[in-house]
Amino acid sequence: MSKANLLDRRQVVSALFADRKDVVAIGGLGASTNDMCAAGDHARNFYLWGGMGGAAMIGLGLALAQPKLPVLVITGDGEMLMGMGSLATIGLQKPSNLSIVVLDNEAYGETGGQTSHTSAAADLVGVAKACGIGDARAISTMAEVAAFAKAVHDVSAGPRFANVKIDSASLERILPSRDGTYIVNRIRGELGFQPI
Amino acid sequence: MHARADAADTAPNWPDDIFATLQRFDVRQVPYVPDAGHSKLIQRVLGSTTMRGIPLTTEEEGVALLAGAWTGGQRGVLLMQSSGVGNCINMLSLIPILRFPFLTLVTMRGEWGEFNPWQVPMGSTTQGVFELSGVKVLRASNAAEVPAVLEAAAAQAYNALTPTAVLLSQRLIGAKVFTR
Repeated sequence: MSKANLLDRRQVVSALFADRKDVVAIGGLGASTNDMCAAGDHARNFYLWGGMGGAAMIGLGLALAQPKLPVLVITGDGEMLMGMGSLATIGLQKPSNLSIVVLDNEAYGETGGQTSHTSAAADLVGVAKACGIGDARAISTMAEVAAFAKAVHDVSAGPRFANVKIDSASLERILPSRDGTYIVNRIRGELGFQPI
Repeated sequence: MHARADAADTAPNWPDDIFATLQRFDVRQVPYVPDAGHSKLIQRVLGSTTMRGIPLTTEEEGVALLAGAWTGGQRGVLLMQSSGVGNCINMLSLIPILRFPFLTLVTMRGEWGEFNPWQVPMGSTTQGVFELSGVKVLRASNAAEVPAVLEAAAAQAYNALTPTAVLLSQRLIGAKVFTR
């Protein structure tokens, strides 16, 4: 199934976090959230185990609340397709500190590898651009991933979007915490907020 | 295109009461899908220096947005009409899981003199959908009770993390009348 020259999802996510500093990251439901944990658990990681289609909007809410912090959403093609309208919402708000990366294996990997719309027709970079996200990139090399990872820290030039074509290999699951309240309060603590 | 029955021709004041309460509770992000019944409140929000009005393409986006806002230290409120509640169902699962303050103000259709039958099914199940999803429901049926209902709703949502929906009844808003 794997095509030649496609990137390895874990390498991509590791590269995105190579020099993460104060980045707050949201992992979309599915393998993306596991990839984020595989790169190393972090108190600023927001792992989703549900709410499919909501990752980019959680990123928007966080980015608007914390305009000086780089906010990075890492999700899959299926999850992004379900929340495609949120690209229009983000294109309108233009949060300059928000970056979205889609790990696009053109398939629903968690449910048996059924092909997704990006395998044949849907162009998420085109959608992002058409929704007003000016910096929308189709990424196929690790050098481009590294350049994007650097751009994430520029909180004045977003929003930005990247679609990274990855291979469809199914990797060992590295499972993050499933306790949503813990995950949220851990990030809030990092940002200096007290429990209610 | 349409006029309003059982409501004053002049703009009502209860949206100002809602705005004042939201301001007092330091609400900062106001995601919405427009509804005629919310139009004055949306205007107030868009003209505010402390609140940010955020138009959505579908209501479920607003639930996820409020989770992110809270994680980043801000309170929000979701404005929608009753048809939009059905669009939110799966995303409402974020509320008990992430335990963030959730307040939504819902303008009702499909009740009190409704003209459009297509509004009735979702309008009839709005309260049930919320209750099955773990969201407490309060209702305001006339302008006089809006301030007290809003105060109670905001207090329990933000102070006690009790997910709360306020249904602004069609009797309060006025049934939409379609004329040629």
